[in-house]
Amino acid sequence: MGKKQDVTELFGEPVAGNGLLHRRFFLQSSAALAGAAASPALAESIGAGSPPTMLKPGAQFNAYGMPSHWRDNIKRILATNVPPAREVTGSIRTPLQYLEGTITPAGLHYVRNHNGTPDIDPSKHELLIHGMVRQPSIFTVDSLMRYPMRTEIHFMECAGNSGGIAGAAMPQQATAGDLHGLLSGSEWTGVKLSTLLDEVGVDPRAAWMLAEGADAAGMSRSVPVWKAMDDAMIALYQNGEPIRPEQGFPMRLLLPGFEGNTNVKWLRRLKLMDGPMYTKDETSRYTELQPDGKAREFMLQMEPKSVILKPSFSVDMQGPGYYEISGVAWSGLGRVRKVDISADGGKTWAEAALTNPVLPKALTRFRLPWMWNGGPAVLMSRTTDEKGRVQPTHAEWLAQYAPRQNFHFNAIQSWAIGANGKVSNVYV
Amino acid sequence: MFKEIESPLPLRVEAVKKSPEAILGRPATRPRVGFRTRAMARRVRGAFVPAALLCLMATTAFAADIAPPKLGRSATPDEIAKADISIPPDGKGLPPGSGSVAQGAQVFAAKCAVCHGANAQGTPNGDRLVGGIGTLASANPVKTVSSYWPYATTLFDYIRRAMPLTNPQSLQNDEDYAVVAYILSIDNIVPKDAVLDAQSLPKVQMPNRNGFINWEPRLIRP
Repeated sequence: MGKKQDVTELFGEPVAGNGLLHRRFFLQSSAALAGAAASPALAESIGAGSPPTMLKPGAQFNAYGMPSHWRDNIKRILATNVPPAREVTGSIRTPLQYLEGTITPAGLHYVRNHNGTPDIDPSKHELLIHGMVRQPSIFTVDSLMRYPMRTEIHFMECAGNSGGIAGAAMPQQATAGDLHGLLSGSEWTGVKLSTLLDEVGVDPRAAWMLAEGADAAGMSRSVPVWKAMDDAMIALYQNGEPIRPEQGFPMRLLLPGFEGNTNVKWLRRLKLMDGPMYTKDETSRYTELQPDGKAREFMLQMEPKSVILKPSFSVDMQGPGYYEISGVAWSGLGRVRKVDISADGGKTWAEAALTNPVLPKALTRFRLPWMWNGGPAVLMSRTTDEKGRVQPTHAEWLAQYAPRQNFHFNAIQSWAIGANGKVSNVYV
Repeated sequence: MFKEIESPLPLRVEAVKKSPEAILGRPATRPRVGFRTRAMARRVRGAFVPAALLCLMATTAFAADIAPPKLGRSATPDEIAKADISIPPDGKGLPPGSGSVAQGAQVFAAKCAVCHGANAQGTPNGDRLVGGIGTLASANPVKTVSSYWPYATTLFDYIRRAMPLTNPQSLQNDEDYAVVAYILSIDNIVPKDAVLDAQSLPKVQMPNRNGFINWEPRLIRP
């Protein structure tokens, strides 16, 4: 009882069931938590009291720095048991549960390839813009580098992200990266596409634009011209360096908030058209079957979604006490407005704190203090975006579609905490 | 590098001539002493802009008024023809040539069956291409070329650009027409004696032609 009073004094009364604390706690408590540092005992040589890294020179400079070898478990996740022909056509996922903040290191950005990563000589690569335009034109990489640049932060999410959950009758016991890791966030720099479209002169009757990549799949997708004229970008840089081969070097189409597949990598051609091309990846794939047998096509925007990463499967609890619940939320429609957290399986909710900046169509980090009493709990996060769209429950999402559909899954993720502190994936 | 720009850029000099008030939208006077509250001090200090910052802001306004360069070069008809490999549902751009079901069966056995199976029923390495017609509204929907794809042109386009996986763009146009004819013949979407070419391919009626709802009008526009 005395212990509970101390907790209340420090953190205030819980604001929702099972120990969720008010998000204001972050602002109030730092002084209360600061402890006094112990003074070190003096020795004849101070080296005796120092860590070994202070006693000899460290490693030499590297031309390109690498992460700490102490964290070399932080690797992208390749699906296991991949048949030989599919080693170049599948995906490798971002280990979300090991990362913080909102920017994914380029080397950990997820990759979804349709026939491998091409090795493109930028001096030989060109972008053709043609079709319903006044002046069909070719742009070299060097010429694009001379246009005014924009820098924006956006998420990228494969339309098939989390699709394994949609199709699985029983919850898979796998990490957040395994389940939701076709998701990454980057700072992108490049040329606003509308600048180039203005230059070539788009026919006002053009309503669609085909984007085609220079890979061995000739990946191609049709997108509405209004999107191309709005916030589309020819991205040349990612997180400050030239965009990496796996992400489309020397250039990719960036369509903020649209499904990853439409952000065509190794972009070589844009064709303005009066209707969609109906390519393989906008008919046989990236379409979603309803229970009535009709399929939705051109469902291009990624709806609001969130996932708690700490704790999550394999990121287990270490005994009762204070924890910070942390995760990411995002929406292809604009900014995240709020994220609600439940620790009692959805009975009660508390609003999480959002870490600034909260940017449109970008990953947003949320956090909430939590006093875990050591008992069973079910953690859930539910985001609402600035358009008022709310993440559906698992059952609500499933009811919209035919059995085993796996695109655009954005239902609430639930993690159960056992009395032993182990975290498991559960359906609520 | 800037020397390569062909014509002088149309710089708008008016921007730098604007008064600080015009740029800031509020008075830029130095505050008087004697604030009553700290909040008031903050408000007024915010309105005081050092000369160096004013120069920076004028430069920013200046840059925004520079028209972007026009560095694209005209694409020739030949360059466009080589790159424009996409085939829309109306068949525009389909190449000369033709292929029969019988020819397609041979090509399929030689180049496709290793991944897609002897009868296009699929393997772990390649999608099932046939069967499943009529299952889309059932509890066990099966999506294949036969049951799901709305246009035969999509099949021609995709095979021509991306198949076989290990040797894409290696098929002759006749072989592509033939393989499409063979795959579509398995579920009798075309007859067993069909010959497909630029005229007949776009006329093929796929079973699920009207099975899609265009979601684009429901997207949130800016």
